[in-house]
Amino acid sequence: MLYAILCYHDEAVVNSWTKEEDDAVLAKRRVVTDRLATQKKLGPVARLMPTTAATTVRNGREAVVIDGPFAETKEQLLGFYLVDCGTLQEAIDAARQLGRDETGAFEVRPVRYFAPGTQPGSQPGE
Amino acid sequence: MTDLAWIDAALRSARPQAVGALLRYFRDLDRAEEAFQEACLRALKTWPVNGPPRDPAAWLILVGRNFALDETRRFRRTEELPPEDMISDRDDAESDLAERLDSAHYRDDVLRLLFICCHPDLPATQQIALALRIVSGLTVKEIARAFLVSEAAMEQRITRAKSRVASADVPFETPGAVERAERLGAVAAMIYLLFNEGYSASGGDVHVRAPLCEEAIRLARLLLRLFPAEPEIMGLLALLLLQHARTSARLDANGEIVLLEDQDRRLWDRDMIAEGFALIEKAVRHRRPGPYQIQAAIAAVHAHAGRPEDTDWSEIDQLYAVLERTQPSPVVSLNRAVAVSKVKGPAAALALIEDLAKPLAGYFHFFGLRGALLMQLGRHDEARVAFDRAIALAHTPAEAAHIRQHLDRLMQDSQTA
Repeated sequence: MLYAILCYHDEAVVNSWTKEEDDAVLAKRRVVTDRLATQKKLGPVARLMPTTAATTVRNGREAVVIDGPFAETKEQLLGFYLVDCGTLQEAIDAARQLGRDETGAFEVRPVRYFAPGTQPGSQPGE
Repeated sequence: MTDLAWIDAALRSARPQAVGALLRYFRDLDRAEEAFQEACLRALKTWPVNGPPRDPAAWLILVGRNFALDETRRFRRTEELPPEDMISDRDDAESDLAERLDSAHYRDDVLRLLFICCHPDLPATQQIALALRIVSGLTVKEIARAFLVSEAAMEQRITRAKSRVASADVPFETPGAVERAERLGAVAAMIYLLFNEGYSASGGDVHVRAPLCEEAIRLARLLLRLFPAEPEIMGLLALLLLQHARTSARLDANGEIVLLEDQDRRLWDRDMIAEGFALIEKAVRHRRPGPYQIQAAIAAVHAHAGRPEDTDWSEIDQLYAVLERTQPSPVVSLNRAVAVSKVKGPAAALALIEDLAKPLAGYFHFFGLRGALLMQLGRHDEARVAFDRAIALAHTPAEAAHIRQHLDRLMQDSQTA
């Protein structure tokens, strides 16, 4: 079974960490991710840019592009895509096309750090 | 992270919202700060036991307000309020309370708090000191250190600034759109000044003053979270990030300034640069350019260049030309002249700065550039005069040392000639 572990934290707090504090947290986590990686259990890892770098595409008959992160609480995170685009506009267009004739929203957030990991052995639902 | 470090970070990040809301309740800065201080003391006692509250800012606002009301009621001998332990467990009490604390005001609370520090009567350094004290919560000692003055002098400066803003009567009603935009502009300018206060420092004190840059970035982030659709605030944050990204490469081992073209670009912080690019892309979508966006775009051109010779100077020249039109200033023209010297040569640049001699008569960088251009043109005697003037105007030992290198080069040239 594949599991996604999603990271939540108060970004004002995380952004106010010094580089040393940030590095210390990452080093602590790397012990775990290194172990998972040797067991071939670690898929892609991404650290996202702050929410201030985000743009939200709200689907509908006419998609609406809003600055900032997805902030509603009545909808839930159900999945994500990782796209490699040359520009923000290209990524927004991709989101628009994905959500054509749907409701819901896509938040388009640049990725700060990405490690592809190994192709996990199992498949969803296994 | 230890409990204490986590709590400290949470208190710091909740501070602008909490003090801003308490100020709205009490309409008195001292009282708001005192209430916040008390709430922090109680947080240090209860959070390690009960765990962090879901919404630290709401918790602090509520406890701070209760404390202040409690003080008032104690005089009136009325019943006690419930102790904060009742609201500090992990149930949903806080989120209900947070709603009752009309979180819709959050944005204007923080903006007001920042705006109060930008009182036009206050000189720039006092605005910055006040913002660092009130909004960021730095201690007087920390601020004094960053400004390289004694603690007593800074204490006095802040007290004076406070009493001035106390009599300023900033309205507490929710501001209208125009007023909000004005406040936003004033606050952005103050944040930019704060950054420059840290950035323009050099030499041995750079490590002391770097926190000013970090604090400016933190405040710009805060402002953008509150006003996510303002392209100029995106531009401001992008500008600060792109400039701060070069920090590690700006000074050499002796604490001397390393010019942009001589910097080791591998030392530039790629994360900050990437975030700066992302913010510029967002801002550009609005098609409402402004000075911060243009300056960020200029910084981005430099950041794009893997080597100095890859720099697109004609793009920079054009961006400065736009900036000259939207925000004319002799310093902008001077910067444009640097780009012109790369595109069209030193003679064209020198012609461009002739008119600036008067407005920039006391400006170190004017004479630095003038000397460099004259040196390139082989007019060594005139170059020496300009460099001597630059040294006399240098603010930091690093600035003076940098010019002295030029002078030494001139000396060697004349000896070998």
